Amino acid sequence: MNKDVGIKWKAGLKDGLPICMGYFGVSFAFGIQASDIHLTAFQAGMLSILNLTSAGQFAGLSVIANAGSYAEMVLVQLIINLRYLLMSTALSQKLSSDIPTIKRLGIAYGVTDEIFGVSILKRGELSPSYFYGLTMISAFGWTAGTVLGASAGAVLPEKLISALGIALYGMFIAIIIPPARQEKPVLFAVLSAMALSTAFYYFPILKNISGGMRIIIVTAAVALFCAAVWPYEENADTGEPKEREEKNDGA
Amino acid sequence: MEHNVYIYILAMALSTYLIRAIPLTLIRKEIKNRFLRSFLYYVPYATLSAMTFPSILTSTGNVYSALAGFAAAVFLAFRKKSLIFVAAGACVVVLATELFMEILGLQH
Repeated sequence: MNKDVGIKWKAGLKDGLPICMGYFGVSFAFGIQASDIHLTAFQAGMLSILNLTSAGQFAGLSVIANAGSYAEMVLVQLIINLRYLLMSTALSQKLSSDIPTIKRLGIAYGVTDEIFGVSILKRGELSPSYFYGLTMISAFGWTAGTVLGASAGAVLPEKLISALGIALYGMFIAIIIPPARQEKPVLFAVLSAMALSTAFYYFPILKNISGGMRIIIVTAAVALFCAAVWPYEENADTGEPKEREEKNDGA
Repeated sequence: MEHNVYIYILAMALSTYLIRAIPLTLIRKEIKNRFLRSFLYYVPYATLSAMTFPSILTSTGNVYSALAGFAAAVFLAFRKKSLIFVAAGACVVVLATELFMEILGLQH
C-alpha cells in the first residue's frame, strides 16, 4: 500500500515537471512585477505559495498597487477564479466517494488550470498521492520563480524567460491534441473553443470581457453544445469512456 | 500604503481557496444525470483550448516566435509525444526563432 502511494506520488512529480518549468517562467515575471510595486521577495513568495494561480495574482497586484479595498480584492478574485468552481466539480467526479474530507481539502489547494488539465484526463480514478505530487512540484516552481524574480529580476536573460512563457501552452496542446485526433466531438470542442475565444479576444465589446469570464463563457457554451449533440457514453463496469479506448489503427 | 499587504494576501488566498474547496468537499456522489456528465466530460477540452488560443500568441517575445512554438507544439502533440517533450520542444523552438531573428536583425 505504502509503496503504491510512493509510486503514484513520484508519477505525479514526473508529470508535473512541465508545469513546474512553465510556472517558473511565468512566476518569474510575476515576481519582477511584484517588486515593481514594492512588495518584498518574502511577501511575493508568500502570495504565490498561498494563492497558486496566475491571472488572479496579476490582478491582485493591480488591486494592491491602486490601494483598492479588501472587498474589491475578494470580488476580483472570485470573478477571475470562478472557473475553478467548474474544474473542482469535474474533479469531484474523478474521486472515489470514500476519499475523506481532509484529503479533498488538500486536493483543493492544487486546483489550477494546469494541474487540473493534467489530472482530469488521466485514465481511471484520481489518486490523491498522484495529485499531491503534481501539486508539490508545481507549487515549488511557482514559488521559486516568484522569489527569484522579485529578488533578482535581472539574473536570467530575457530571451530565456520569454521562451519559458510558452511551456504551459505547449503542455495544454499536448493534453488536448491526442484525444482530439481520436474523437470527432473532442476535435470540434477544441477548434470551436479556440475560435470563440479568439472572437472574444479581438471583437469590439466582446473584448472588454475579462480573461477569466471569457474562459467561463466559452467553456460553458462549447461544453453545453457538445453535451447536447454528442452525449457521452461510458462503460458501466470500468467507468472508462468507450470512445477513448485505444484503436488499433496503427497510429 | 494604508492597506496592509498581508491582509490583501490572506483575503486573496481565502477567496481563491474557497472556490476550489467547496465543490470538492460538497459533491461526494457520482452525478447521475447524463447531460451533466456529458457537459463535465467536455469541460476540460473546451477550457484548455480557450485558455491556449489566442493567449499563446502573446506568451513570448513576439508573435512570430509564438507562432513557431505553437506549430512545433501541435506537430509534436500530433506525434503523441509526452507533456514534457512537447512543452520543452515549444520552448526550444521559441528560443531558436528569437535568436535567429536577432541575428538577422529583424527585431530588437
